[in-house]
Amino acid sequence: MSRRRIRLTINGREYAGEVEARKLLTDFLRDDLGLTGTHVGCEHGVCGACTVLLNGEPVRSCLLFAVQANGAALKTVEGLAPNATELHPLQEKFWELHGLQCGFCTPGILLTAEALLKEIPNPSELEIREWLSGNLCRCTGYQNIVAAIQAAAKRMNSGR
Amino acid sequence: MKPASFEYHDPTTLDEALRLLAQLGDQARPLAGGQSLVPLMNFRLIRPAHLIDLNGVSELSYLKADNGALCIGATTRQRELERSAIVAQRWPLLREAAGFIGHVQIRNRGTVGGSLAHAFPSAELPVATVALDASFVLQSTSNRRAVRAEDFFLSYMTTALGPGELLTAIEVPPLPANSGCSYQEVSRRHGDFALAGAASVLALDGDGAIRHARLTLTSVTPIRSREAEEFLLGKNPSETVFRDAARRATENLEQDSDIHASAEYRREACAVLARRALMQAAQRAAEQAKGKPQ
Amino acid sequence: MPYIGSRMKRKEDVRLLRGIGKYVGDIHRPGMAHAAILRSTHAHARIAKIDAAAALKLPGVLGVLTAADMPGVKTIPMRTGVIPGLERSQQTPLATNKVRYVGDPVAVVVAENRYIAEDALELIDVDYEALGAVTDARAAMQPGAPQLHDATPNNIAANFQVHVGDVDAAFRGCDLIVEEEFSTQRHSAVPLENRGLVAEWDEGRGLLTLWGPTKMTHTNWRILSELIGLPQSAIHFIEPEVGGGFGARGEFYPEDFLIPFAARHFRKPICWLEDRSENLKAMNQSRQQKHRVKIGVKNDGTIMAMDAEILFDMGGYTRTHGGVPAIAASAMLRGPFRVKNYRCNVFCVLTNKTPVGTYRSPGRYEANFVRERLLDMVAHRLELDPADVRRRNLIKHEEMPYDLGKHPFHYMVYDTGDLPGQFERALERFGYEELKSTCAAAKLEGRAVGVGIGCFVETSGIGPWEYARVEVDNAGQVILYSGCNSVGQGIATALSQIVADELQVPIENVRVVHGDTAKVPYGNGSNASRSTVMAGSAAVGASRKVKDKLLRLASASLEIDAADLILRDGRVVARGAPERSLGFAELARLALPGPALKAGIAPGISEEDFFATDKRPFPYGVHVASVEVDKETGKIKILDYLVTEDVGRKINPMIIEGQMAGGLAQGIGGALLEEFVYDEDGQPLSTNFMDYLLPTAMEMPRAQLISTEDFPSPHNPLGVKGAGEGGITAAGAALANAVSNALGVEVTKLPLKPDYVLQLVKQSQTGA
Repeated sequence: MSRRRIRLTINGREYAGEVEARKLLTDFLRDDLGLTGTHVGCEHGVCGACTVLLNGEPVRSCLLFAVQANGAALKTVEGLAPNATELHPLQEKFWELHGLQCGFCTPGILLTAEALLKEIPNPSELEIREWLSGNLCRCTGYQNIVAAIQAAAKRMNSGR
Repeated sequence: MKPASFEYHDPTTLDEALRLLAQLGDQARPLAGGQSLVPLMNFRLIRPAHLIDLNGVSELSYLKADNGALCIGATTRQRELERSAIVAQRWPLLREAAGFIGHVQIRNRGTVGGSLAHAFPSAELPVATVALDASFVLQSTSNRRAVRAEDFFLSYMTTALGPGELLTAIEVPPLPANSGCSYQEVSRRHGDFALAGAASVLALDGDGAIRHARLTLTSVTPIRSREAEEFLLGKNPSETVFRDAARRATENLEQDSDIHASAEYRREACAVLARRALMQAAQRAAEQAKGKPQ
Repeated sequence: MPYIGSRMKRKEDVRLLRGIGKYVGDIHRPGMAHAAILRSTHAHARIAKIDAAAALKLPGVLGVLTAADMPGVKTIPMRTGVIPGLERSQQTPLATNKVRYVGDPVAVVVAENRYIAEDALELIDVDYEALGAVTDARAAMQPGAPQLHDATPNNIAANFQVHVGDVDAAFRGCDLIVEEEFSTQRHSAVPLENRGLVAEWDEGRGLLTLWGPTKMTHTNWRILSELIGLPQSAIHFIEPEVGGGFGARGEFYPEDFLIPFAARHFRKPICWLEDRSENLKAMNQSRQQKHRVKIGVKNDGTIMAMDAEILFDMGGYTRTHGGVPAIAASAMLRGPFRVKNYRCNVFCVLTNKTPVGTYRSPGRYEANFVRERLLDMVAHRLELDPADVRRRNLIKHEEMPYDLGKHPFHYMVYDTGDLPGQFERALERFGYEELKSTCAAAKLEGRAVGVGIGCFVETSGIGPWEYARVEVDNAGQVILYSGCNSVGQGIATALSQIVADELQVPIENVRVVHGDTAKVPYGNGSNASRSTVMAGSAAVGASRKVKDKLLRLASASLEIDAADLILRDGRVVARGAPERSLGFAELARLALPGPALKAGIAPGISEEDFFATDKRPFPYGVHVASVEVDKETGKIKILDYLVTEDVGRKINPMIIEGQMAGGLAQGIGGALLEEFVYDEDGQPLSTNFMDYLLPTAMEMPRAQLISTEDFPSPHNPLGVKGAGEGGITAAGAALANAVSNALGVEVTKLPLKPDYVLQLVKQSQTGA
């Protein structure tokens, strides 16, 4: 069975590893690199708990083999906050407006939301819900998630 | 749900990819977006011994309008199709259809060629490309041929692709002047596989009568409703006419049953969507005509 | 400013937002191996032979366990819902000679990683001798149906009746009797995190550690101890972050025995992470019930009697919660209505499908659907407004506490509340009267728009007791050790608010410990919306004892009478002389064994309390929904939705609204989308997320969620009623009523799939 050496950048940092071809990117991140913020909910590309940003775009990391990420730039939830003491506006607003309960879907949703606000800085509620439709949440009913994204957008656009 | 083992190949040129495919035969599967293939592998429903990753074959990824036709490289992402200004302006049916494909995360990886080659029954791009009279370029190490979209989809998830062949490009001819299109779909949830889908292209002549009609519906393969198209030519758009056309298109339309909907539901829903697609296409065609100086 | 009642941000959130919360799948132990479960592919079969030879040869495989490796292991017991008879159909951790559902565990593979473990699963050869499968409860009860368990003839695992008043006499006095058969489909919790366990056996010291247990930690601790033959003192359960429970996670499953057993057997830490395909076959399913109901009323809509037969589809085995969904359905079928004559005959029936357990508002979601549909049917037959039929029968405030009459297995005295008042509030806030005209006008235009009501009484805060211990440590931090569990609901924040208010400390100085059996000796867990009620009340009790101790210590040190001391801002302060005070850290020092023993005081600041009750608080409220039905496609659009619920007292209103919103999403999923479908051979057809459909952000309406504090419960010191299930419980009811109203046809089953709705549309057009 083929093993490959891979190098990639995650949250601005270089990582290297040697993997079996069939190793899913989710398992490489979580087991090989200890980046356990990316969660595994279904392994067939529906729930979105495994969402990472690949070259800035939200993708399902359970549908990528680690070898495919060779040379890529990834962002995971661990790279969302600017540093160890501050939070990203999205994280602030999710916290303030109760946009999470069990937290399992939250990393995937935060990254999808970040990509959304980059592409559409002032999204309508429908646009937010459309972008979110690829991320399942079983706890919140989405209402507070939508409100948190709207609040974060407002804050980010006001430049504060 | 971990996949079975496989050998991984990442060619950087089309030639290399085709040679690998010829060499490895039916032991190998090409990997494009992976949004359909990898779930099947994770469930171990398929277990290719070899995977030929096409994502590094940059010559297969392009989107351009050449001589009035739209040329799409097979590994062009669905999201690129969705975002393209040329497509939005001149082939809006493709953008509308692409918008129904799953979710943003899927379209960021899923490819145009991949969706067509996978030929899942209710998929949007197969239906839209048939309605647009598109043709596909199939290549192997020894051959290059063009197949019309409506001849490409043979039966349940089976296409005209022969051993050693890759779908490498999609060519979409320009639409007639003053045409309008519409893609309609009904599914259980937003982004789910369609229970029924309909694509329509209509163009009107100076008197407002239909001079070009295409109606394609979802079934086990996309079905071009020739009888309905012929019926529509020369007629003036009206709800009655479109209802009649929809009836003709779906009278004998075979569908599958599954836990989400019965065959009968799918057939009836196709009739409803056919009518709605025709209505909307006609409206848009009329708007196009109005916008042009006589 | 008091913490109780404030919408404060949760203490749990920052680590979850940063992605550094540790769920069971994030736990790595040195030398950890990985397990995978071989599950039956037959719904009903005898196991003739298991041949693992090929699997054992695969490099990286440590071993394969079958039932032969655990001879004499007992069946998994019930912890509640014990109806006599159910004990005859319980499950051993691995199938011994027979499998009874697709997914029934047959063997355990342990390997270096999950990839190899799954490779090994495919190499195990099992010879099954297929037996006929039965998947319909009524069919399973007929003579000649395949028998799942030798000890349960006709697959009737249990049968019981409820009888209040004189139903037959009451029916004779009615003006109208309406009879109908209803069914609710199989669906369930499906949390986003699959189940998982990490077990580690320290052979040297004979200690077993298990990460992953939740919901019923202490109960499961005892059950494992009994099954595995180790004393509880040698077993340590640790609860990690948990990705949702909703009733299904945290019961004692076969894997809860198999994984610790494997850890001892292989002398290696073992990690087992369920994948989604297993989860949809192996985690408790729920909600599948058939109700045949007869209701008798007077011409003005007054209910005289109800007579019901309930078939509760149990799946292949009785699980830990016995017959709870059936008990709850039979108990709460009357809901908030005055029904003096009631009879219910309940059959718990075994079928060759995944075993069934509780799912948020178990039995009540089903019962509310049935009863609310019946009331609307009565209204239609009598040509009354459905709201008026309800008004006539809602239990009034003056009638509280209201005793519904004896039930063999369920507490039946509603504590307090103004159900009619809540009803009027809901209808008024929703604009019910105006909406009726809007719907009528829309119908004239050919559009199918309708409004539907679903009333409910929920049960919550079940006892019998809960444990709390509050300590003040050397740094003056307050730690609450609670017998409840966290499944993501925010209980640690709510409990912190309670303790912080009791002890007047900044909430940052309060920490809550739960789910760790080495630190919390007793507990009854988090289910049935009991945590705030029970764990909260125990926390109050323990906090008050700590307050006493703090005052006594301060009194001795400051030489001021305890009656003249108060707690403020984390200090004990002399009334009127604030400069005379002692901080909690200082008091903790005074309580160290040295000084304390000298002073003749018990050392330490650590006080336990048990809050015990045999009563329950009953939150209550109303769901109202308006929908538009696309008559050509059968698709339903929810136009507007409102839920009101009286919860007695709100500890954190934001958390309560979150529970209502999340529950509503699940309720909508159950009404429109979610279903575990089986074919007639018992093969499950909903085994991935394209077939089992969870609501996404696009399917959810923006709902009005109104929680009120009109009637604090008299049964606990906080006055709270549990708020976990009000959001889900009447969603099926309200939506079914709205669709019925929109189409002018009676809905009798869930889910409201496009196929079914289109049939209803046709019915309405032919006037059938």
